[in-house]
Amino acid sequence: MLGKTAGSLYWMARYLERSENNARLIDAGFRIALTRSNTAAAEWRSVLVTAGQDYAFKQTHQDYNSQRVVDFMLRDPDNPSSILSVVKQARDNARTARTYLTREVWEAVNTSWMTLGALLKRQVREDDLPDVLAAIRQQSALVRGAFSGTMLRNDGYNFARIGTFLERADNTARILDVKYYLLLPSVAHIGSSIDNVQWETILRSVSAHRAYHWLYGTEISALKIAEFLILYKQMPRSLAFCCEQMNDNLGLIRRTYDEETEAVRMGSAICRERLSRPIQSIFDGGLHEFITDFLRANAALAQQIERDYRFVE
Amino acid sequence: MLRGKGWGISFFDEMTGQGSEIRSPYRDYHEWFDREDAARIQRKTQQAEAFFRTTGITFNVYGQDEADERLIPFDVVPRIISASEWRRLSRGIEQRVRALNAFLHDIYHRQEILRAGRVPTELISRNEAFLPMMMGMDPPGGVYTHISGIDIVRTGPNEFYVLEDNARTPSGVSYMLENRETMLQMFPELFAKISVREVSDYPLNLLKSLAACAPPQCQGTPTVAVLTPGIHNSAYFEHSFLADQMGAELVEGHDLRVVDGRVAMRTTQGYTAIDVLYRRVDDDFLDPLNFRPDSMLGVPGIWDVYRAGGITIANAPGTGIADDKALYSYMPDIIEFYTGEKALLPNVPTWRCSEPEHLKEVLDRLPELVVKEVHGSGGYGMLVGPAASKKEIAAFRAKLEANPRGYIAQPTLSLSTVPIFTKAGLAPRHVDLRPFVLMSPQGITITPGGLTRVAMTKGSLVVNSSQGGGTKDTWVLED
Repeated sequence: MLGKTAGSLYWMARYLERSENNARLIDAGFRIALTRSNTAAAEWRSVLVTAGQDYAFKQTHQDYNSQRVVDFMLRDPDNPSSILSVVKQARDNARTARTYLTREVWEAVNTSWMTLGALLKRQVREDDLPDVLAAIRQQSALVRGAFSGTMLRNDGYNFARIGTFLERADNTARILDVKYYLLLPSVAHIGSSIDNVQWETILRSVSAHRAYHWLYGTEISALKIAEFLILYKQMPRSLAFCCEQMNDNLGLIRRTYDEETEAVRMGSAICRERLSRPIQSIFDGGLHEFITDFLRANAALAQQIERDYRFVE
Repeated sequence: MLRGKGWGISFFDEMTGQGSEIRSPYRDYHEWFDREDAARIQRKTQQAEAFFRTTGITFNVYGQDEADERLIPFDVVPRIISASEWRRLSRGIEQRVRALNAFLHDIYHRQEILRAGRVPTELISRNEAFLPMMMGMDPPGGVYTHISGIDIVRTGPNEFYVLEDNARTPSGVSYMLENRETMLQMFPELFAKISVREVSDYPLNLLKSLAACAPPQCQGTPTVAVLTPGIHNSAYFEHSFLADQMGAELVEGHDLRVVDGRVAMRTTQGYTAIDVLYRRVDDDFLDPLNFRPDSMLGVPGIWDVYRAGGITIANAPGTGIADDKALYSYMPDIIEFYTGEKALLPNVPTWRCSEPEHLKEVLDRLPELVVKEVHGSGGYGMLVGPAASKKEIAAFRAKLEANPRGYIAQPTLSLSTVPIFTKAGLAPRHVDLRPFVLMSPQGITITPGGLTRVAMTKGSLVVNSSQGGGTKDTWVLED
């Protein structure tokens, strides 16, 4: 297949994943802003930092007003990471790779672009926000369903899957990066209700608060949350899960092409060297250092994939 | 008799003819229609629109916000052509395309037709679409016009005219295919009742036809690719649709480069040679080294590969000269010159404004004529005399007098009508027809029917989609 097409499938998947992740971040931020108005500004700031949009936001805005942050993240056409922009980029990539997509997938992506375009035409009222965020997640689920139900399991499929998991790992790691201080042992001993709310926010940002309690009961501890998000392989947004999936997909491409690439090597190195150790050893080495290193390795892998599979010249 | 509003011209309606009797090709359809519930058809029409939108069968209008992707209106009433009408049309079309191809070969070789004085030399030498670099070149298989679209209009029960030849990069075939697909989904019972000839084999025929023109350096099964300017091009949907249906790669200029004397595409595993390139990019943009240096759409060096027999470019560079409207007026002579036969399908009578007597007559009769730019397309820059205001005519007169060579004029044809479905019932609208013709060394293939374009506005004679025209499914009946 064309390198450009592989790249378009990969980016289409990344953008789709990003729109869903950003919707989750907005949801978590919104919840805090509603319940604890005194920390709302700080919370919105951390949401923007996590989504990599804080710098752009500050260029055009004075303060972290809920309504304005939400509007910026949802539908600002000048914000290249707003959900509206991201969904459009997903659709542009899908159009470029149209010949590699089934009709069902293309129609799901196109419908999602049309539906969200209509929903986000005007500023979203606070009362409507939960519905709009639900619609964004639902559109994303429809695309995923069409993708998994109708696509041939060929190299194109694998490139798209790699895009999904790279983006997701990046997102989970960024959430940890912004909130890691909450998980540090020095503050973990308090166990006060304030921290519980903050920890719940972390879990909500990855739609995993229910799963966590189901798994660990009512006990919320920093170590367990970190373990859950970093190492727990049954959790579909954990770093370990994403890395394992990515390596599976890279492995399938290696077999199809009968070609060892640097990307394949780097992918398995991330799993082996960074994620095959107990959580305590990660804490001992420094949680922040671990996350920073992971983000760097993940980004380096992304670049290597683009080079090895000739996405661009 | 149906009358266009305020025109004073009578029109032939393809369903009702000159009276109230339903013409035979439409009888079965009309019977079905009469028994149908109008509300159901209305509902289906809305479904069709939603279907076109989700499928992304849209086109971008140049100069407008790129987010503004428009639908070409689709009308659910088919345009129906009888088997005998089609036999006659297809013979005429085949003759014309053979002549066009022979003409292109001649003007890029010995130029016999110019020496014989049948076509004036300056019409070629002063023509921007003429590519001197093609002189003496033999395109693989001797084919210039791999794909062409011949625009046909009808004015009476037995009167068909060729309005235009499109040999540069005719578009619209995806609408022909999707219109049929939509009709099959909406009204499957119709196709059980009425035997309509298939169109769905077009993409496969296109692939076979292109593969049959593989260049000398091709080894094994020819690799075919479609070259598009990219997702912002107004016909991008069609480019991706055809590539998809043929199972060919859809490439852009930046996917391609010359590697070891072949044009190759960058794949995830390295560069792979292309044998046949179905390009939807104009000549000027093909090769920045040999044509427009600022072009980002083409492939540096493709021209040299072409000359060396390393790639087939379809349609061949320099073919666009056949679309010239001044040249069009010589088509009856051209056909006779190369085939030794009279043209089976007549031209619309045409005044060449470059000739002083013609110009005088045109200026005298401007309010009743249609005047077109020689190099124009898309229905832009033309004057429809009977529909124009005095002021518009005066303005056009000035343009015409300033540059007579740039224009031709034709009588305002009483284009046939076919009913469209409206909330108030069936209503006649003007139509034309673009059949699609494939040519390879193995012969000519014409898909039965083609694309029917329809002016959706009452009385309008402009069917171009860029000017609000719509389309219909076109049926050629089995014998």
